[in-house]
Amino acid sequence: MTDDRKPMIECRGVHKHYGDYHALRGIDLTIRAGEFFSLLGPSGCGKTTLLRTIAGFEDISDGAILIDQKHMGDVPANKRPTNMVFQSYAIFPHLTVAQNVAFGLRRDPRGRAEKAALVDESLAMVGLRGFGNRAAHALSGGQRQRVALARALILKPKVLLLDEPLSALDRKMREQMQVELIKLQRQVGITFVLVTHDQEEALVMSDRIAVMFEGEIAQLDGPEALYARPANRRVADFIGVMNFLPARILGEQGGGATVEVPGLGVVELPERQISRANPDDAGPTIGFRPETMTLVGPNQTHGQPRETNATIDEVVYYGDMTYYDLRLDGAAAMDGKARPVRISMRNVFGRDVQEVGTRTRLAWSPGSLVLFR
Amino acid sequence: MKGQGRGLQIYALLYLLFLYAPIILLPLFAFNSGTIIAFPLQGFTTDWFSQMWDNATLRTALTNSLIIAVSAAILATCLGIFAARASTRFEFPGKGGMMGFILLPMVLPEIIVAMSLLVVLLGAGVQLSILTVIVGHVLICMPYAIAILSTAFSSLDKSLEEAAYDLGETKWSAFRLVTLPLVMPGIISSLLISFTISLDEFIIAFFLAGNQPTLPTYIFSQLRFPKQIPMIMALGTVLVALSIVLLALGEYFRRRGNARMGGNPTGGFL
Repeated sequence: MTDDRKPMIECRGVHKHYGDYHALRGIDLTIRAGEFFSLLGPSGCGKTTLLRTIAGFEDISDGAILIDQKHMGDVPANKRPTNMVFQSYAIFPHLTVAQNVAFGLRRDPRGRAEKAALVDESLAMVGLRGFGNRAAHALSGGQRQRVALARALILKPKVLLLDEPLSALDRKMREQMQVELIKLQRQVGITFVLVTHDQEEALVMSDRIAVMFEGEIAQLDGPEALYARPANRRVADFIGVMNFLPARILGEQGGGATVEVPGLGVVELPERQISRANPDDAGPTIGFRPETMTLVGPNQTHGQPRETNATIDEVVYYGDMTYYDLRLDGAAAMDGKARPVRISMRNVFGRDVQEVGTRTRLAWSPGSLVLFR
Repeated sequence: MKGQGRGLQIYALLYLLFLYAPIILLPLFAFNSGTIIAFPLQGFTTDWFSQMWDNATLRTALTNSLIIAVSAAILATCLGIFAARASTRFEFPGKGGMMGFILLPMVLPEIIVAMSLLVVLLGAGVQLSILTVIVGHVLICMPYAIAILSTAFSSLDKSLEEAAYDLGETKWSAFRLVTLPLVMPGIISSLLISFTISLDEFIIAFFLAGNQPTLPTYIFSQLRFPKQIPMIMALGTVLVALSIVLLALGEYFRRRGNARMGGNPTGGFL
């Protein structure tokens, strides 16, 4: 994932209005060639609108969109070097699988035999070899998805746009397709732009992710950076689970800060653990992920620098994991409210699931904390 | 419980008898050699059919009716396609009211429609002919056409047309290659229903046809002459047979279309 690849899609100050509704509020975005890029956000955040403006289905109200260094302002969807996999797959029900896949080749001057070979190749690529003569309406959801992919990829577009392509599949099928999509993208080397509301899906598949809220990009980063260092509380809350505790800033030195967190005590945080984009006026807040802290038994030792006493409030057993909601001792010190924190533990062999009401110790390191201020 | 079910069965039988007995009488008297419509039947004859075939006025009336019905069906269905597509695909100001007004003739008394049309046409100095009847029939067929076609269009995934467009087709070829074949069962239903409505429509034809006969107005005019009635019975027999064939055909095409697309029904009255 080098950063020197040429830009494939550039959005410059893109705005979209629907009457009074401001759907896209100045999107600046560069998607590089060959990248697996995701637009992630809750429903109504504008991610699908942005995808449709790139595809050419929606006009933009202001700004510019460039694909492969060419302005797309006057280029309609049927002339753009993009193809789309629709949320509903939009498989033509009155045609066979092969006719569906060959649909985009209608205007292609190549001969019948050559086209048939291309169709076979495309179907083989998505694992549907020999399905050509099936009626499209008789396919399962996963097979429809593959036909939609083959139909779009046969045109060798510069960009493949995917609008929530996995949301209609069941969990097993979805996880399988995620892996297949990644492999397929590496194989064809085409730029993929995926729209999803599923943060896990985005983290699994993407090289980079743009998190969108209310028509704006809140953070654009790789999956690991996004998860470990969310730009603000909202992103942190949307991507996975994050615990939030109120904090008091005792002092600042250089870029770092010393803060007091009820329940955790006084910690010193370097600059890279501090996020200054915190628009929701909640005051300074400490955040940490459930898996960054561990429960330790009475006589167990641990290698973590810090330790806190707590009581188990709730236990949620997931088979491979157990979630514990804990009340930290002294957590109510600042404003009288005791916020439970959630800790996740792998259920490895030999470790018993703890019971509600148990007094326990929590081991942690200041390196896993993020300060939002 | 059982006795109750029996009562309902008898009721259903009587009901069907009431509906269809008059229609069963049609062929009975059409092939009866007696000139008076009464039992007992006299003997078998096909004279009434040949008499009907030789009747020049009846042939004119039939030709007129077919021209009117075919034109009205095609026009109403074409206009219906535009309206149904617009109402299911796009949002525009005043859409609800507009669709309401288009569907209104379905419940308006036909005589009112016929009278106001007559007043307008005469006021505008338009010569009454089968053309004016076509205009009137398009007006009353449109609501049915739109009702059928809207169902067909609304059961269609909007992204199908977008997908075709995205794959390089123009807006028109996307419509022709994808949408049209998928709503075809609805279009055939609409054509058949409009044709049937127009063919047996009396009031508008009576008001707007000028001196041109259509089938219903011709039949009405002949009822005054008792000796013509057996021939009308023969005509009725032919029309009933034709309607059954048409409906069966329409249903056959609709079911075939549905089966081809995995069986989601897209409009149709049966």
